[in-house]
Amino acid sequence: MTLLAVERIKLFSTRSPWWSMFLALALTIGFAGLMATQASANSPMGVSTTQIGYQFGLMVIMVMAALAVTTEYRFGTIRATFQAAPNRTRVLLAKTAVVAALALVIGEIAAFGSWGVSWVLAPVSDLALATAEQWRLVAGVGLVFMGAAVFSIAVGILLRQSAGAVTLLLIWSMLVEQLIRLVPTFGSDLQEWMPFTAAGRFLTGSNRFTESAPLGPWASLAYFFALAVVLLIIALVTANRRDA
Amino acid sequence: MIEAVGLTKRYGSTVAVNDLSFSVKPGRVTGFLGPNGAGKSTTMRMILGLDRPSAGKVLVDGKPYQELKYPLRHVGALVEARWVHPNRSAHAHLRWLARSNDLPRKRVDEVLGMVGLDKVAGRKAGGFSLGMSQRLGIAAALLGDPQVLLFDEPVNGLDPEGIHWIRQFMQRLAAEGRTVLVSSHLLSEMSLTAEDLVVVGRGELIAECSTEEFVNRASDSSVRVRSPQAEQLAGLLAERGLAARTADAQSLLVDGADTEQVGEIAAAGGIVLHELAAERSSLEEAFMRLTGDSVEYQTDFGQPTDTLTTAGK
Ligand SMILES: Nc1ncnc2c1ncn2[C@@H]1O[C@H](COP(=O)(O)OP(=O)(O)OP(=O)(O)O)[C@@H](O)[C@H]1O
Ligand SMILES: [Mg+2]
Repeated sequence: MTLLAVERIKLFSTRSPWWSMFLALALTIGFAGLMATQASANSPMGVSTTQIGYQFGLMVIMVMAALAVTTEYRFGTIRATFQAAPNRTRVLLAKTAVVAALALVIGEIAAFGSWGVSWVLAPVSDLALATAEQWRLVAGVGLVFMGAAVFSIAVGILLRQSAGAVTLLLIWSMLVEQLIRLVPTFGSDLQEWMPFTAAGRFLTGSNRFTESAPLGPWASLAYFFALAVVLLIIALVTANRRDA
Repeated sequence: MIEAVGLTKRYGSTVAVNDLSFSVKPGRVTGFLGPNGAGKSTTMRMILGLDRPSAGKVLVDGKPYQELKYPLRHVGALVEARWVHPNRSAHAHLRWLARSNDLPRKRVDEVLGMVGLDKVAGRKAGGFSLGMSQRLGIAAALLGDPQVLLFDEPVNGLDPEGIHWIRQFMQRLAAEGRTVLVSSHLLSEMSLTAEDLVVVGRGELIAECSTEEFVNRASDSSVRVRSPQAEQLAGLLAERGLAARTADAQSLLVDGADTEQVGEIAAAGGIVLHELAAERSSLEEAFMRLTGDSVEYQTDFGQPTDTLTTAGK
C-alpha cells in the first residue's frame, strides 16, 4: 500500500500525466465527435463506429506509461526510489499498478465519452448498448488501455531510455504488426498472433475476419494480457539483476 | 557503522573496486579520499544496494542494505544532487520519499527548514541552483533521521559559503554520534573536515588511519639545495643512500633528509652551496605522490613540478 501511495504521489506531482490524460481524451472523444457530425439517416453510426478514435488515445497512453519509467531512469529518481525501497520487484509492480489503473480509468472515460458525444451529435443513429457485444466494444477500451500500459512499462524498464522505448512501441504497434502480413506463406497467420492485433480483435464486432481468427474476442484479450505479463516478468527479472 | 569486506566491483574488464575492506565508525567524520576514478562513487552505490558487488559484501548496522526494513531511517545519502525530477517541487520530492519509509509528513517541512529551503519548497527542483540542489539532497538524506550518512563529493561546485555550511553541517552530525562518510578527491578539503580517512586509489585501499597521521606521513619534508657542483653533490648524497631529484640545472631536491645532513655532506665533499632550504611539500603534492601509482588517468602534461612550494589551498 505504501509503495502504491509513493508511486501515486510521484506520478501526479509532475505535469505529464495530466497532459496525457487531456490529450488522450481530447483526441479520442474529438474524433468520435467528428465522425458523429458526418452521420445521417442514410448512413447512421453504429456502436463500434463511436470507438474508432481509441487508437489515438491508446498511443498517448502508451507513451505516458513508457515515460513514467524512462524519465525515472533519465533523472536518476529510480535510484532514489530503490534507495528508499530496495525491493525492486515491489517498487516496479506498484508503479505498474498505478499507471495501469490510470490507463483503465482514462480508457473508460474516453470510451463512454466517445459514445456519449456520438449519442448527442448523431441522434439519428441507434446507439443503445443492448447486447453484450456492444458493451464489450465500449467498456472494453479501458481494458485494452490497461494492457497496453503494462506492455509499455515493461518496454520502458527494459530499454531505460525514452526515445528508444517510445519509438519501439509506436513502430511496433503501428507498423510492424501491419507489415508482418507481408512475410510470405505464414505472414498473415503470424499477424493473428501479434499482441496489438489481438487487442484490436477484442474491440471489433463479429465479422467474417474475426470469425475466422484463431482466438475469439475474450481469448484474444486474455492472450494480450498474458503477453504483457510475460514481458513485465522479463523486465522485473532484468531490473533485479542489473545495477540500478 | 559501515563495514566493507573484500568488496569488489567489475564493469566488464574494468575493475572499479578491488578487494576493498574498511570500516567507518560512528561519532566522527570519515573522509573517503581518492583521485578521480578511484572507485569512491562505485563503493557508495554498493553500500546503498544500487550496484551489486562482484565479490565481497558491505554491511550497514550489521545488515546488507537490502535487509533494512526502512532504509532511510538507517542510512541517508547524497550521492548525486540531481536525482530529482526537474518538474517536481522540492516539497513533493521529499513527500514521496517520506511516504516510502512511513515518515510523518511534517518531517518534510522540518528538514526543509534545517537546510534553509522552506521558502522555495513549492518551486520546481529543476530551477534550483547547484547549491540549492545540494541542500535538497541533504534534506532528503536527513529525512529519516538516520544514524549513518553518506555524502559523495558534497562540496563539488559550491561557493565558499556553501562549502563552509556543508563542513559545519557534517561535523555537527558527527558530533551527534552519527556515522558520517564523505568522499572527496582533495586532501586539503578532507584535512579540514574529516578526523579519519579511508584512502583509495584504483579501487584499492591505500590507507585507513586518522587524518593527522596521513597528513604527517604524506608531507614529509625534503631539502632544496642549489650548487654549481650539483652533479657531484648528487653523487655524494647517493653514496649516503639519499635520493636526489634534479629540479633545474643547478638545483636538487633531496627527499627524507634535513638541511643539517645535506649541509654536512656538502662541506665534507668541499662543495660550494648557493642555497640550502627545507621544503614542506603541499598536501596535494604529497597526496599525489602517495596515490601516484594509482591515478587512473595519468596525463603527460600538467604534472606537478618538483619546484612547487605553495601550501595546499
Ligand atoms: N556503470 C559503470 N560502467 C562502467 N564503468 C564504470 C561504471 N561506473 C564506474 N565505472 C568505472 O569505475 C571506475 C571507478 O569509478 P567511480 O565513479 O567509482 O570513481 P570515483 O572515485 O567516484 O571518481 P570521481 O572522483 O571522478 O567521482 C572508473 O574507471 C569508472 O570509469
Ligand atoms: Mg565519484
